[in-house]
Amino acid sequence: MALPTRKFDAVVVGAGGAGLRAALQLSEAGLKVGVLSKVFPTRSHTVAAQGGIGASLGNMGDDSWLWHMYDTVKGSDYLGDQDAIEFMCRMAPEVVYELEHFGMPFDRNNDGTVYQRPFGGHSQNFGERPVQRSCCAADRTGHAMLHTLYQRNVRANTVFFVEWMALDLVRDASGQVLGVTAMEMETGEVWMFHARATLFATGGAGRIFAASTNAFINTGDGLGMAARAGIPLEDMEFWQFHPTGVAGAGVLITEGVRGEGGYLLNKDGERFMERYAPTMKDLASRDVVSRAMATEIKEGRGCGKDADYILLKLDHLGVDVIEKRLPGIREIAKKFANVDPVRDPIPVVPTCHYQMGGIPTNYHGEVVVPAGDDPAVVVPGFYAAGECACASVHGANRLGTNSLTDLLVFGKASGNRVIEFLRENPGHKDLPADAAERTLARLARLDGQTGGESVHEVGAAMRRTMQAHCGVFRFPDMLTEGVEQIRAVSERVKRTEIKDKSRTFNTARVEALELENLIEVARATMVSAEARQESRGAHDRADHHQRDDVNWLKHTLWYRDDDRLDYKPVKMKPLTAETFEPKVRSY
Amino acid sequence: MKFRIYRYDPEKDSSPYMKDYDVALEPSDRMLLDALVRIKSQDDSLSLRRSCREGVCGSDAMNINGKNGLACITKLADLREPVELRPLPGLPVIRDLIVDMSQFFKQYHSIRPYLRNEEPPPERERLQSPAEREELDGLYECILCACCSTACPSFWWNPDKFVGPAGLLAAYRFIADSRDQATNDRLDDLEDPYRLFRCHSIMNCVDVCPKGLNPTHAIGKIKEVMVKRMV
Repeated sequence: MALPTRKFDAVVVGAGGAGLRAALQLSEAGLKVGVLSKVFPTRSHTVAAQGGIGASLGNMGDDSWLWHMYDTVKGSDYLGDQDAIEFMCRMAPEVVYELEHFGMPFDRNNDGTVYQRPFGGHSQNFGERPVQRSCCAADRTGHAMLHTLYQRNVRANTVFFVEWMALDLVRDASGQVLGVTAMEMETGEVWMFHARATLFATGGAGRIFAASTNAFINTGDGLGMAARAGIPLEDMEFWQFHPTGVAGAGVLITEGVRGEGGYLLNKDGERFMERYAPTMKDLASRDVVSRAMATEIKEGRGCGKDADYILLKLDHLGVDVIEKRLPGIREIAKKFANVDPVRDPIPVVPTCHYQMGGIPTNYHGEVVVPAGDDPAVVVPGFYAAGECACASVHGANRLGTNSLTDLLVFGKASGNRVIEFLRENPGHKDLPADAAERTLARLARLDGQTGGESVHEVGAAMRRTMQAHCGVFRFPDMLTEGVEQIRAVSERVKRTEIKDKSRTFNTARVEALELENLIEVARATMVSAEARQESRGAHDRADHHQRDDVNWLKHTLWYRDDDRLDYKPVKMKPLTAETFEPKVRSY
Repeated sequence: MKFRIYRYDPEKDSSPYMKDYDVALEPSDRMLLDALVRIKSQDDSLSLRRSCREGVCGSDAMNINGKNGLACITKLADLREPVELRPLPGLPVIRDLIVDMSQFFKQYHSIRPYLRNEEPPPERERLQSPAEREELDGLYECILCACCSTACPSFWWNPDKFVGPAGLLAAYRFIADSRDQATNDRLDDLEDPYRLFRCHSIMNCVDVCPKGLNPTHAIGKIKEVMVKRMV
């Protein structure tokens, strides 16, 4: 059966920071672009980013893109591709200035320049001392940025399909990507979006874990679609656990709190980060701080009656600084932790926050897959940017602020690359006869399912399994067992049943389709983690405590068929700079 | 805990009705959204929007015991039972707690909500003093949840002509921005019996804003700038 079809030069899936930045590039170039989003654009999860955008503007003292690059390579535990990292750090000031020109309400210094705050892992002169590199709007940077980008797209007359969920990627026999199928949530209608170029900016999948700072919508839809279409997922074992999620609630407390001078305490009132990271202390990179916190809790120095959390102290900053720089945090702490941080510390625990892995791309945002002897052959017509992509600039651990930098730099770069591709490739290629088949089969299965389990139950089983088997500390037997369990959950996902069969705004159907995406990500994560026998960045294994550059300085590629794994080399050669050779990582 | 929730699926219901739920909550269910997610796990046909669950995305605005608010930052402990939940008032209902927000966004878009400055930008950032930047505080934080506009009688009466508190707050956000050069144009656009002047300072918007913003104050400031321009 053929679907009703809309034709575009380019389709962008996702309207968060990366999608909006890319769409802007395409709209302003006069192309016919359609942007699909499950939610109204300003509700995308970029809105929840708090602390800032990393860029070496040097407004607060000496800084350079090379230092930013060094910090990012070191932060990635040397798994990041150094060409992409150089590209991002060099471009960062330019995209921040552009954002300011678009109207972004950045905080300001007395001389009128953008205010920058210190952030974890960012340093001056190759690790010597903390640097102020994070460009921010109080602690609402993501909100301010997302709204500014949306507003600029309104100015550019970008065409949005709001509350449309993309369902499957369409490829022809040669592998070229020709668009997506998508469902309008309000009516339940399914359409073909036939595009000459397709750009995924679908965000992360933090909802595979039970405790997550992520929004409900972060279900890895782009990753699920890519995996089902035969595209591998890269480095999925690397998940960032943010040190400061509100204990019990999971809601994020920005690292900016520590940037402004807050610090962590154990039950003895000890500022324990001094032991783990003598130079950077509480501003060491996130994997280091989260592990230190988890260690304190494991060794009985956690706070509270169950000794299961750490305290984040900031009252010494004074009410003025808190109100001016961290007003949103005060609001969140009062609402979700029942404490006013002007007086009392906030109970926090490491909480799943960010997916370092994703759809493999190069630094132009082109999706690349192995073919023959070449580990990175471009998939024609397919692009990815932001958290759903793996360029890879974050490697095994992302530095705070670099996610927003990533969205702006690679949103813009991928948009530019699409423009070039469209110039060289006029006209739409024909859709294959079976273009809609996978989508229609999935929908028909769901509509016809009887005697199946509820989406809620199966989803909960997945989240529990991930949380218990693939957390901050990973153990070989738990991982092996985790692979078996997540495969079993994966089988259950094939038989989920929804009671609600309405076509009108059927959120039960949406959640069932989202679970089909989440489970691909969960399986990719567990299988990739079980295989990687070393500790690097956010991946910490009890049986292999050290980083192993001889055997494991390489990217994982997971394929959906049979959970097959492949590997490809890390790009150690930057564009112009000298290679930063792996060395012992201390903060 | 007891809930009465507005239900309407145009495919099967001839008219809307209130459905009662009595749901056993877990200690971890602290906010209204937690309870709604639990109810949905038992009755998957209940439809609502939700995303960030921390009050910054603006998805889960609804009418809670007669007052507009966000489910994700409304504490269950503060609610009297049965908790009565309805869709935001004054907008067409698509289904259950989901309203059609087209009219609301149309008004937001009508104020041309983007910085207007036609000068070629400098190589670095445009400069703005901390005092100039402070003018934007209380304005840029709007999350477009529509709690305010759908609590406003003037918006109920003239949703097609009155910009409404959210749109006017955004209009003043750009008027107040030292980098924006379109103040005159923006004022011309609002100088109209309906677009701005339907606001009668009832202040429902201030009362319900989940972010503690004050659209009435912003509307007063727009009027002030307008008067200043005349003299």
